[in-house]
Amino acid sequence: MSAPAAPPAMSTRATVKCDVLIVGAGIAGCATALMLTRRGKSVTLLERDQAGTRASAVNFGGVRQNGRDLRELPLAMRAREMWDHLPELIGLDGEFRATGNLRLASDEAREVQLAEFHQKAGALGLQLEMLDRPQLKARYPWLSDKPRLGVLCPSDGHANPRLVAPAFAGAAQEAGANLIEHAEVTEGWYSSGEFQLRVADGRTFAAPVLVNCAGAWAGKIAGWFDEPVTLVPEIPQVQVTEPLPYRIRPVLGFVGGDFYLRQTLRGSILFGSGQGRATADATRSRPLPETMRRGMEIAIDFIPGLAQVPVIRSWTGVDGDTVDGVCVLGQSETHPGLFHAFGFNGHGFLLGPAVGAVLRELICDGKTPTEIDELGIGRFRTPTTGSTSEQSNSLPPLRGKDAEA
Amino acid sequence: MSDGNTGPRLQRVADLDRQLIEISIDGWQLSAMEGDTILVAMLTQRGLLRQKQEVEPAGAGFCLMGACQDCWVWLEDGRRIRACSTYVEAGLRIRTTWPSSLLES
Amino acid sequence: MAQQPPRILIVGAGPAGLRAAELLVAAGCAPILVDEAPRIGGQIYRQPPRVPGFSRAAKELYGSSAERAKDLFVAFDRIRHRIDYRPQSLVYDLIDNRAFIATAGKTSQLEFDALILATGAMDRIVPAPGWTLPGVYSLGGAQIALKHQGCTIGAKVAFVGVGPLLLLTAYQYARAGVTPAAIVLPSRRGALIGAGLPLLGHPSAAARGLRWLLGLRRRGVPILFDHRLERVAGEESVTGIVVKGSGAARKIACDAVALGYGLQSETQLADLAGARFAFDAAQRQWLPLTDGFGRAAGREHLYIAGDGNGILGADAAEARGRLAALALLADSGLEAPGYRPGPDLVAVARWTRLQANLRRAFALPVDLFTALPDDTLLCRCEGVPVGAYRGIAGIMGARELNRAKSYSRVGMGRCQGRLCGHAAAEVLAGTLGVSLDSVGRLRCQPPVKPVTVATIAERQI
Repeated sequence: MSAPAAPPAMSTRATVKCDVLIVGAGIAGCATALMLTRRGKSVTLLERDQAGTRASAVNFGGVRQNGRDLRELPLAMRAREMWDHLPELIGLDGEFRATGNLRLASDEAREVQLAEFHQKAGALGLQLEMLDRPQLKARYPWLSDKPRLGVLCPSDGHANPRLVAPAFAGAAQEAGANLIEHAEVTEGWYSSGEFQLRVADGRTFAAPVLVNCAGAWAGKIAGWFDEPVTLVPEIPQVQVTEPLPYRIRPVLGFVGGDFYLRQTLRGSILFGSGQGRATADATRSRPLPETMRRGMEIAIDFIPGLAQVPVIRSWTGVDGDTVDGVCVLGQSETHPGLFHAFGFNGHGFLLGPAVGAVLRELICDGKTPTEIDELGIGRFRTPTTGSTSEQSNSLPPLRGKDAEA
Repeated sequence: MSDGNTGPRLQRVADLDRQLIEISIDGWQLSAMEGDTILVAMLTQRGLLRQKQEVEPAGAGFCLMGACQDCWVWLEDGRRIRACSTYVEAGLRIRTTWPSSLLES
Repeated sequence: MAQQPPRILIVGAGPAGLRAAELLVAAGCAPILVDEAPRIGGQIYRQPPRVPGFSRAAKELYGSSAERAKDLFVAFDRIRHRIDYRPQSLVYDLIDNRAFIATAGKTSQLEFDALILATGAMDRIVPAPGWTLPGVYSLGGAQIALKHQGCTIGAKVAFVGVGPLLLLTAYQYARAGVTPAAIVLPSRRGALIGAGLPLLGHPSAAARGLRWLLGLRRRGVPILFDHRLERVAGEESVTGIVVKGSGAARKIACDAVALGYGLQSETQLADLAGARFAFDAAQRQWLPLTDGFGRAAGREHLYIAGDGNGILGADAAEARGRLAALALLADSGLEAPGYRPGPDLVAVARWTRLQANLRRAFALPVDLFTALPDDTLLCRCEGVPVGAYRGIAGIMGARELNRAKSYSRVGMGRCQGRLCGHAAAEVLAGTLGVSLDSVGRLRCQPPVKPVTVATIAERQI
């Protein structure tokens, strides 16, 4: 930590070169680094804070395909398979248990949504089970009468993000990735056939391939390369109770109701609803009392037995939401060699491993068997942003006019 | 009493001339003194506030000032309360185990 | 400015909070005083319940501090009708200028213009094998049982730790007819005398300490200096302690243990309120950064008074309460009629010197934490042993308490690190071979203490 007494000659310090530069050491960035290093690429991973500490580590911990936007479902299903092999990937199971995910509807409109998902996702090969009210009561006696219909995805479950996210970072490092923490990327450009990045302390990095996994801050980085995406900060807030005997097996989610709940193996019940508050630069966030209160109200409405359980802590994380609710994954439409994986809308935890696999395939093989066409950044391309390439210090667009399609 | 419970833990050494009131612990009737905290009412007659159970070991409190959170007990009416900072009332019904009905009905 | 008196919230009705309230009332303000206890006094002047049959006089309850306690209670009675006093109420969250308060299962929200935190202190705990057995209590708890409820924590109690409170409580137990099984101090007797010499500059404090020591000796209580607690013995309950001095370890039979290694400030609310913290090397704790009056750095209109801002004791707390109130008034453009801070500033300086001397006198052995066996429970809420915590030290960024908490659960439980936080910091720093300040401090997460779902939802069942 001790800085040299003499002023460091930042500008003359040699640029660090590698095969692939990754910005953001969350679960997506670390999984990508891990997969690429295992394929023999030299990877440098730049992280503004500490690896695996932001949304990747403080999220709710749901491993969920149930209720996914269908555009994300193929990626989610691939990811889910990978979770069975977590120990081989990162050396621990991260407390992952396939206890199921139960999605509930409490009014007619949401019942319709739920039934529709059941039908369409089923057609894509996702195993689901529909439960009416008597079936719900029989199986989950702690539920109130409010839920009218449930869809259970038995292969879903939950894991401990506090362990999983850093384990991905650790595995990537062990595999040989060069993880550089406390390195906020402040500038990026393309020149001499390479992506160039400068971090806050002046160090520079260059590589022919750049992967943008910068979470809530990724929209800005995409903007440096002429495909800006507006991300709305999302600050999910989670409350946790004291430990209780383990009774609630499936993870619960409510259609349109913004409420989710699970019981950890330790026995604590985690539940979330609504947003906390973040600073303008989204680097710090904290829970809001109003959000906490609202979460408690919903919790009692659906599980009356929770009323007298003490809540012992709460916390928040920061993620970036896209306007259409699904993530951005795939290659740039302006710069060959640039890849994006961000905008996970607060539900990227499950996806992390598959994001790494898909990006490895795209970078090393130029293609992926996973259906991600609808996740491309091009969907945010507007006529104005499309015509700004002359202002940039960049190469011509990758797919030229085709990008409009 | 039962379940690894020992005899009385706390000793009354002063302020003994108080009204007695009836409370119950796990269905057993017993007398406490008016002004007792639930912790004192229990531990002047038995060794534990809480039996060993699924999620935690047996316990008898620790800090007595509302900081350690080791003395939460259940009441038969479903309330969860901290024994060191709640006073007894006549007819109070305390339980030393987790009410299994909580997430089962 | 300031035609409308500011809305002032004081948290804590111990000596600091009460003296702050008194000065604010004198200046024409009507503060809101929120306190967790059912009656005023804080832990130091904890009162028995207002119930017939609690008959001990102040002298019996508070010993040589009886007059100060009585003065404080009288002062409160004088201002009682001018303030909004809310007993048995927990401020469980603070954000911006709002406080969230749980009272008897209900939540209320309160807006304030200025905030005085007088949240006091609690025991500092050093774990030992067996310290979570039923029958082991904090030293403060042992004293509260006696003051507040007329009880002792056992029939044969061993007192283990350091500090004046250890001797005082043991002495009070002896006088109540429950003769301690032993007093065990890791401090060296010679060091205590040597470092204690400056205490002669505080004759009343020195005399009190001597009286307690002699009183215990006279009753035949073994006082074991330079002895450590090896473990608490017992299967389901305490049956004794095993202690070790320079010779072989030996067992002392007892049915209860009072454990306390000095005091630590309760700073969770200051953290939520946005105070900036600085490491205090002498107290080995991160404390809110304030000026000499208790004005917090990093947050306007926040004042921190009494032992919640570093341990100086109850007498100093009264002065620090007034000083914080004065700063608040000055910052609000108001005057404190008839109050001159000089004597209080002098008193605080004197108590600061005394506490520094006491800390030297009762210095802990440097290897107290590194010597802990791996199977000692570190975090009693989550059941995490010292060895498991040492095991994650340094892994993937766990060179800092919050990261280590994230991996190990230490500090994540019901008490939010109040009991284990200090020991965790010492163990982490010791394992990594770094200084205590470099492992940082545990961040507080609301609610500061457990609150039921129904209370926060404002639902009655």
